[in-house]
Amino acid sequence: MRESIKKIMSSQLVIPLFSLFLLVVFNLVRDPGFFSISIATNNQGYRVLSGNLISIFNGASAIAIISIGMTPITSCCRGQDISVAAVAAIAGSVFVSVLRSNEITVPVIIFAFVCSCLVSVLFSLFNGVLVAVFRIQPMIATLILFSAGRSIAYWINGGATPTVSSPLLASIGGFIPGIPIPTPIIIMVLFLVLISIVLRLTTLGLYTQVVGINEGTAHLNGIDPVRVKLVSFVISGICVATAGCITVCRIGLINHETLLLDAEMDVILAVAIGGTSLGGGKFSLFGSVIGAYIIQALTVTLYAMKVPSAAVKAYKAAVIILIVMLSSPVVKEFFINLYRKSFKKQAEKKKITISAS
Amino acid sequence: MKKDRDLLTGKTEKKRREPISNTTLLMTITVCTFFGMYLLSMMIWKGGFLNPQQFLDLFNNNAYLLIIACGLTMVMISGGIDISGGGITALVTMVCVVYLEDHGGTVLGSILISLGIGLAFGLMHGILVSCFEIQPFIVTLAGMFLARGMITIVSIAPRTATQESFLRLKQARITLPGIGYYGKTGNFIPAQIEPGVIIAISIVVIVAVILKWTRFGRNLYAIGGNSHSALTLGINVKRTKFFAYLAAGLLSGISGYVYLLHTGAGDAANAAQAEMQAIASNIIGGTLLTGGVGNVIGTLFGMLSLKTITNIVIASGLTKPYYQSITTGLMLCFFILLQSLILAVREKGRVRLLPEWMRPGKTGKTGKTESH
Repeated sequence: MRESIKKIMSSQLVIPLFSLFLLVVFNLVRDPGFFSISIATNNQGYRVLSGNLISIFNGASAIAIISIGMTPITSCCRGQDISVAAVAAIAGSVFVSVLRSNEITVPVIIFAFVCSCLVSVLFSLFNGVLVAVFRIQPMIATLILFSAGRSIAYWINGGATPTVSSPLLASIGGFIPGIPIPTPIIIMVLFLVLISIVLRLTTLGLYTQVVGINEGTAHLNGIDPVRVKLVSFVISGICVATAGCITVCRIGLINHETLLLDAEMDVILAVAIGGTSLGGGKFSLFGSVIGAYIIQALTVTLYAMKVPSAAVKAYKAAVIILIVMLSSPVVKEFFINLYRKSFKKQAEKKKITISAS
Repeated sequence: MKKDRDLLTGKTEKKRREPISNTTLLMTITVCTFFGMYLLSMMIWKGGFLNPQQFLDLFNNNAYLLIIACGLTMVMISGGIDISGGGITALVTMVCVVYLEDHGGTVLGSILISLGIGLAFGLMHGILVSCFEIQPFIVTLAGMFLARGMITIVSIAPRTATQESFLRLKQARITLPGIGYYGKTGNFIPAQIEPGVIIAISIVVIVAVILKWTRFGRNLYAIGGNSHSALTLGINVKRTKFFAYLAAGLLSGISGYVYLLHTGAGDAANAAQAEMQAIASNIIGGTLLTGGVGNVIGTLFGMLSLKTITNIVIASGLTKPYYQSITTGLMLCFFILLQSLILAVREKGRVRLLPEWMRPGKTGKTGKTESH
């Protein structure tokens, strides 16, 4: 019994699940109907699911997809990529410019997506080479694209904010006719399953953690740290391109200045809340996705409480500080000690009663 | 002539392998690059670059950035990071303006408020980082969100300060004797600096002195180099880290007041991306994010180089805004690669026996913290 409690307590998913649970309880107490899902009819006449729960899952999907890519980078490079939002803007711009030069059909959309993936992987590899080969701290290496990325997107767009509109794109950003679940959620789940299968079934997941825990040992055991790091950046590049394209499809235009604005900060927070140490090592993809949902649930809750949109950041920060404090090693140790002390006292009491009898 | 000799001796020292610390070497490169760049642009574009006022405007416009970067230097030397500087700066401007306008505040009161806000944020960051051992990136990110969110709680619309005594302070200019330029009509216009520049320069000097000659400053280098060996040497790691973040917060508060003196307005968009520019100034100035290496004089020249490149881009006719950030990115890329190459070459020269991945400075240190 104690062993299993210890095992559960030491799991990375305890804190994120616990905080998500608290958020859910808080919302249910405030408004019992908060999570009710209803079936509504959208503009195109299809029956779709709607409600706060769906909007949380839908709104968080872009951040969740990027955080799936960010998690292996955090794990093996011991740092974060802060250029993801800027690279997503570049990928979105490429996507739109390919779409605008052709008639929009399914093969063209796939072609445009592949193009944006290629471009995004190229930029990601630029970061990856700086980090893996030149051994520069990830945050500093990606600062280059962070400051230049949106300007490159501006240059691709020619300074305008071009729009694309087509029922096909609307079905990617919204609902596929006949399926009541928003498409971004389906894409997110597909990504999560695909990448966790790749990381679980191949040795890549293990190698990533080994490189993150101790690079020297990894090298001695015949793992090439450079290659592992580069692969993690390639995965991140694909994730970032997908997130960028989904966002473009959802809003129907590319605005290089505001596309996924401040998403890099949200993504890093999602990874941290999800139980992956920002100092590298063990990682949990599922935790990162839950982290993204926590952030989005928090935002939706604050909006539902009629907090002005600009002030949401402050409340978000306060809650995040609380969550991070709860998951800090010092507080964990304190609770474990408290638990032990109370347990010991009970044991002593039992002893006393036994000896007395 | 003297400069040449210095350079020559520098070269011979390098050949003899007499120890120049990484800090000095990286700083020298930055200082030389800045002067080279400025002299070159003086020769090529002349015009504005020959005007001393344009050089002083680099300080006038960016005094606040310099102050944030100084605080960040201390934190980065100790091996941490503080990205809340821009947010705190903007919050201070807004709170001070609202206080001066709506609550009939005095100048002294607003200065105290700015210091208080800075200290409060520094205290929060310090406690969370040193006592709770949370990653500094997350803590200061939350601090940034908190500050930026609180601005809009204080006031959503941008405000301008109109109080008289504050305006008098804001319009105060210090005329530098003997330096100036000739206007279009041929009259002599003396060069001017704002009071904020004096504050910024004195902070640079104070921080330089603290880093060089006080126990606290040397402890910062020790912690950044290797916090475990610093602990075994009897340095109070937690307390030193706490004071580093406290100082960074206080300097961000001062920076907010300097920003207010420069623009006189409170706005949620004030000092946007200042934290990233401050990090860039530090990197160009030779402060490493890994800690233990850096100098505040380097930060000063890093900031100047960063802003001069923008001026050069504008002078060369590329006025579209995206050219500026692309060149900033290229410049960062250049400096980062240069530093990594120089450090790699120097380390290879010293420990040739060890292969690349076994170097103690890079893999060993972080590996230890992981196993901890």
